[in-house]
Amino acid sequence: MNTNFLDFEQPIAELEAKIEELRFLDSDVEIDIQNEIENLEQKSAKRTKSIFANLDAWQISKLSRHPQRPHTKDYIDLIFTDFHQLHGDRNFSDDVAIIGGLAKLDGKPVMVIGHQKGRNTKEKIKNNFAMPRPEGYKKSLRLMELAQKFKLPIFTFIDTPGAYPGIGAEERNQSYAIAYNLYKMSDLATPIICTIIGEGGSGGALAVGVGDEIVMLQYSTYSVISPEGCASILYKNADKASEAAKSMGITADILKEHNLIDTIIEEPLGGAHRDFQKTASSLKNHLNKILSILEAKPIKNLVQNRYDKLMAFGKFDTTTTEN
Amino acid sequence: MNWFEKLIPTTIRTNSDNKSAVPEGVWIKCPNCDGVLYRPELQRNMQVCPKCDYHFRITARQRLSEFFDESSYTEIASNITPVDILKFKDSKKYKDRLTQAQKDTNEKDALVVFNGKIENIAIVACAFEFKFMGGSMGSVVGEKFCQAVRFAIENHTPLICFSASGGARMQEALFSLMQMAKTSAALKKLSKYKLPFISVLTDPTMGGVSASLASLGDIIIAEPAALIGFAGPRVIEQTVREKLPDGFQRSEFLLEHGAIDMIVDRRQMKTKINSILKMLHR
Repeated sequence: MNTNFLDFEQPIAELEAKIEELRFLDSDVEIDIQNEIENLEQKSAKRTKSIFANLDAWQISKLSRHPQRPHTKDYIDLIFTDFHQLHGDRNFSDDVAIIGGLAKLDGKPVMVIGHQKGRNTKEKIKNNFAMPRPEGYKKSLRLMELAQKFKLPIFTFIDTPGAYPGIGAEERNQSYAIAYNLYKMSDLATPIICTIIGEGGSGGALAVGVGDEIVMLQYSTYSVISPEGCASILYKNADKASEAAKSMGITADILKEHNLIDTIIEEPLGGAHRDFQKTASSLKNHLNKILSILEAKPIKNLVQNRYDKLMAFGKFDTTTTEN
Repeated sequence: MNWFEKLIPTTIRTNSDNKSAVPEGVWIKCPNCDGVLYRPELQRNMQVCPKCDYHFRITARQRLSEFFDESSYTEIASNITPVDILKFKDSKKYKDRLTQAQKDTNEKDALVVFNGKIENIAIVACAFEFKFMGGSMGSVVGEKFCQAVRFAIENHTPLICFSASGGARMQEALFSLMQMAKTSAALKKLSKYKLPFISVLTDPTMGGVSASLASLGDIIIAEPAALIGFAGPRVIEQTVREKLPDGFQRSEFLLEHGAIDMIVDRRQMKTKINSILKMLHR
């Protein structure tokens, strides 16, 4: 496997490099080498396990942005069939920082929408690093309304550093595009299941993230601002990103503890990028399970439950003294 | 900054063009026309420069008390107070920041809600207190806004909100982000009751507040020359690496680009909103 290892994975990388070396070694004493390889593989797995058992928020943040991490299109290919991509906001352009379309989940028609990061430089630029402009949000809303009209459940996949901070985006009212999505999604009359697969970056993520079930992959993050952004504003030092990541509690376990998300999907050892198929299949199982629960509810209850859940967000004190 | 100010070490340098606070003292200089203004006169003029109409920032309480008919109003949802859920700490503890902000502003958090009358129309109105941690929206702001919406529904009144906010409150992390969804959902509910929501954007209305409740008005009004947008101008400049156009993200720019209905001078705000409400709300 040709894996890009992150800094904290260096001990694993070294072991894996040794294994690779041995595999290509021409030798007469093949049995011994085979034994050695197995030995090292066990060691590598053990090492991976111990490193991954103690990841901090910043390390998870790096994993969530891993260049080899599966993207929305990978999950579409692995979880759904018959994908018909639908383009454009019918007004200005087709913003491919968000892609979407009709698909089938085990034979059942659904709507799929998600941020798409590119894999290579050319794709990354084309997809604008998954940072949508207003047209991306408008397209996603168009598809969601289409889904409502034809009674299709909606699956969204979230993976963005945030909404694009550009001149054109502001001129075409980025704020309103996001706000209007939040507004409409809050009572859309069809099940909405949102999964954070990588980076859940702020308003740009939330704009396709209002739903009945919020799922997070184990090594994804969801945050009001990037750790770097928080560090440079509050700590006045972008190098404090690691501290900021910890302070903000951006990882799935902490968010689940606070009831801000519903479910965590465990990733394969070493992260989702080590085994796309396995990740997709555990996610698919969960999506199917939740969908059948949500579809059993009358639409009125579904929408009311979504509203009640939104209203419950927030922690504060209610004093009875003064005023 | 001139050459002399640059000599002052950053640790003791104060931001001289900081317009967020009206400095103490009897005389004050208008940052727009350089006119020297008599403070009580500025106060009487709703913090608008009598010489050039520059709109100074105004406290939430002054704004609301001058907006409502005299002694017609009461405060609601004042019992909602912030908690430091995450034990958040950057260069300072969030808890300490809250205490300091409460001391400085005499408010519990960054949103103040009143119900009462404007020219005999019953309304609910809320205003952001920018001096309270940059008017940032955390759990308390979100909850108070939703209670204002609920009050409007229960009493069948229009809702008005004066925004002045840097965006979501980072110290409450994802709780803050979720207030965007929460307040937007509450406004969706309000719209089902056909009750008008008038959103007034004042300097500045940015980030998570701009990208939720502030942009969802049936009518959106801005005060002159207010900074309004999603991403901050500095972030945009760093991203696109070009100079931003003149007047970028100012009220006049938004009007030109179709983002808001109108620009209204603070001193005419009440009359304007009253006559609009008379047409929308019967």
